[in-house]
Amino acid sequence: MMFKQATFEEPLLFDLGRKGRSGIDIPGEGDRDLAKTIPKKMARQKLQLPEISQVEVVRHFTRLSQMNWGIDIGPYPLGSCTMKYNPRINEDLAWADEAQGIHPLQDIETVQGALEIMYRLERALTTITGMSRFTLQPAAGAQGELTGCLIIRNYHRLRGESRDEIIVPDSAHGTNPASASMAGFKVVEVPTGDDGCINLEMLQAALSDRTAGMMMTNPNTLGIFENRAKKIAELIHGAGGLMYYDGANLQGIVGIVKPGDLGFDLVHLNLHKTFATPHGGGGPGAGPVGVKANLAEFLPVPLVERTRDGYRLEWDRPLSIGKVRGAFGSFPILLRAYAYLLSMGTSGLETSCKVAVLNTNYFAKRISGIKGLTIPFGNAMRKHEVAISAEAMFKKTGINALDIAKALLDRGLHAPTIYFPLIVKECLMFEFTDTETLESIDRYVDALKDISRMAYSEPEKLRASPLRTSVTRLDEVRANHPLTMCLRYRGKRPD
Amino acid sequence: MLEKHPYIPNDSSVLSEMLQAIGISNLSEMFLDVPISNFGSEGLQRQPLDEYSMVGQMKSLLSRNKNYGNRSFIGGGPWTHFVPGVIRHIISRGEFLTAYTPYQPEISQGLLQSLFEFQSLICELYGMGVANASMYDLPTAIGEAALLCARVTGRQTFLVPSSIPWEKKSVLRNYIEPQGMAVREVPYDAQSGNMDLARLREAVDEGVSGVYLETPSFFGTIEPDLTSVADVAHHAGSLFVVGADPISMGSFRAPGEGGADIAVGDGQPLGIPPGFGGNGLGLMACVDEPKLVRQLPGRIVGLTKTKDGTRDGFVLALSTREQHIRRGRATSNICTNESLLAIAATVYLALLGQEGLTKLSRVILNRTAYAVERLQALGLAVRFSGMHFRDFVVEVSDPGGVNSDLRRLGFSGGRELGTDFQELDRGLLFATTEIHTYDDIDNFAEALQKAAGGRK
Repeated sequence: MMFKQATFEEPLLFDLGRKGRSGIDIPGEGDRDLAKTIPKKMARQKLQLPEISQVEVVRHFTRLSQMNWGIDIGPYPLGSCTMKYNPRINEDLAWADEAQGIHPLQDIETVQGALEIMYRLERALTTITGMSRFTLQPAAGAQGELTGCLIIRNYHRLRGESRDEIIVPDSAHGTNPASASMAGFKVVEVPTGDDGCINLEMLQAALSDRTAGMMMTNPNTLGIFENRAKKIAELIHGAGGLMYYDGANLQGIVGIVKPGDLGFDLVHLNLHKTFATPHGGGGPGAGPVGVKANLAEFLPVPLVERTRDGYRLEWDRPLSIGKVRGAFGSFPILLRAYAYLLSMGTSGLETSCKVAVLNTNYFAKRISGIKGLTIPFGNAMRKHEVAISAEAMFKKTGINALDIAKALLDRGLHAPTIYFPLIVKECLMFEFTDTETLESIDRYVDALKDISRMAYSEPEKLRASPLRTSVTRLDEVRANHPLTMCLRYRGKRPD
Repeated sequence: MLEKHPYIPNDSSVLSEMLQAIGISNLSEMFLDVPISNFGSEGLQRQPLDEYSMVGQMKSLLSRNKNYGNRSFIGGGPWTHFVPGVIRHIISRGEFLTAYTPYQPEISQGLLQSLFEFQSLICELYGMGVANASMYDLPTAIGEAALLCARVTGRQTFLVPSSIPWEKKSVLRNYIEPQGMAVREVPYDAQSGNMDLARLREAVDEGVSGVYLETPSFFGTIEPDLTSVADVAHHAGSLFVVGADPISMGSFRAPGEGGADIAVGDGQPLGIPPGFGGNGLGLMACVDEPKLVRQLPGRIVGLTKTKDGTRDGFVLALSTREQHIRRGRATSNICTNESLLAIAATVYLALLGQEGLTKLSRVILNRTAYAVERLQALGLAVRFSGMHFRDFVVEVSDPGGVNSDLRRLGFSGGRELGTDFQELDRGLLFATTEIHTYDDIDNFAEALQKAAGGRK
């Protein structure tokens, strides 16, 4: 398939427009000027913003958008990111005046719809995960992790225990150790065994009376289901710790098994992954946290309660950790997720999981045998994602995972996650979600075959890629070198 | 069998082909290692809903919300500002909306350039050297700023004015207490609502990592003299962090002009509707000093060139600070932030431009002055002297009752301050923006007088 990304030499906003132009009228501009003159000490000294007309602004951002990839343009198989189609109807709903125009401090009677959406979403999430209650507050997955870790911290504190270690497998997302650290824990890393699952002996050796809990992703980032999850939970519980489920990979089991049935005590979910709300180029997202009944008292305030007189916000929760962000949650994202859940039902979620797993295993099978690519950590059936190693190709041809990623871009296919998980050398981590077509997956297989052939015959051509994107390969060293680093319009220019 | 669903293209028609390629005969063979749960149908129905039926349910739920429009005067944020129509169209473009974080820069230049422009605009607004590509919201940006101050100074106490609301204090505690750090409050000046310099001087010592100040304050009052506060902070060797409203920057001294090392802000007023509080956008910037820049949390976009040197382009810079590289030792765990809303703010500032922002801040200043004047003329007590921007506190004898009456009269009521501030248990926090005409304000003032007057 022919691909050439739009290319504009689009100036920065600051280099557009003309003195005195503006793109919008301000209500009340012509009114009487009543306010006092601002004393010199308080007044703005200097302000320089661009001056651009409306049509120029629209063209600028439309052109920029055309130099950007999105699910709407083609497949986006980033492993652990679950880039599924974002249903357009949910956008219409999220932009309703009754969703965008409402204020969190309005009287409760005038936001009953919003509260019921939150209440119903919470109930749906508890059903899907086997948890007892959810907070919808966290702004993203990583903030959900922080919230979860704070709950673990307060749980032990209340019991008078000074447990300060969180166990994290070496295959974990980087956010896990980062979140545990933010919550004041020391991170203890446990290695992955040859079968791609957590090494139980090493895990047992890591347990002590300092163990506060374990953060686990299941299926893990190799795409393998940790089938000893229940056993691991027993070990952690036996040592006095709590089990935390990183929901980034829920797609691999959603609608099949509840994390709660696997022994997990807390979970966070990424609504912008499993539940099809848009990523928006990096947010807003939502990272609700669910807990078993014994931890519910620690959840952030407020929670939505249903009473005979309707829905209300419950603030009086003395053991709550308080707040992790200003708002009750990313309401427009929560609304989209609930609309998606209605569109799916638990049966649709089960189908979504099965198809995602089918897609990824189909892909894994079809690429096995491509020269230079291997699937490490055994033959177990993968779930929704698969980590491929290009180490063999790199050793023989010098073509690495980054080159392969760029070569895919040139074929009109977004690259997978690369160089993660860290335990796979020259890693390419693919996740084909349930909304991807068989034809797209086949295109990836064909593209990888072609890239492998070129790696062994004309590698220099691959190293030159990408050539069909808006810009060719970028110099990351220059971007980070103190002498050339430029982080704003007025910064040092790279040349 | 695979159920048919409009969002799931691979169905039973391709199932056998795919299973055959995998070398298995049915779907369940892929899940042999996974236990099966029973989901019931109580929390979520079993069968998918078609689009028409789903929309019916959602609309019926939404119809039970009331949008107060220009009869909303709730203070303390989020605020209802005028949102230009262009914004929704730009941020609804699938190329932005359905993109991931730009890990592959060559195919994501649109997003990267937009975020670079966002950073540049925030630097201009705040008079700062480097801004990140956004934080979740202002409370978390304050939390991250406190952590940043501690990393840079090696000190453990962060000072905040007691005038910030409970939710900010709570978030801040959750961000810094696990690191063994403490928040200490400096009582605000009871007359002006602003920073009490004498109390600040008493509170600052060699254990203080940073001094936080907000302008306008939570009560809407403008800090009269940033530089003096900066001097007190710097004299003790601590950093100065200013939380400034971005629209007020059209008229008032920027954090950078007043000696701040770090600026944070609530970006929601920049072309983003309230969304039940859920459209948070945190702004964060610092002076261009390597010891601060290298410790700044969050995504940062940098300008670079193509490897062949022929063209400019953008990439995520300084990623060695971040969790995916540094894991447990990262500056923060943040990855997903508020990119799309940062683009909304960028479009907003581009539309407004230089004159627009200056005029808009003046319009809001006028509206607020008018509201305060009208309320006082009607005999109502407006708390705190000095210049107000957008927010203001009115003291009444029974805030809860007044709110109920205001609602009966068709207005949204104000934020009751008694739960956050014992000493302000008669206080209601209101706000007025450019969407309120002088007539709207007259109507509101009269309603408030009626509500308050009936309860004396």
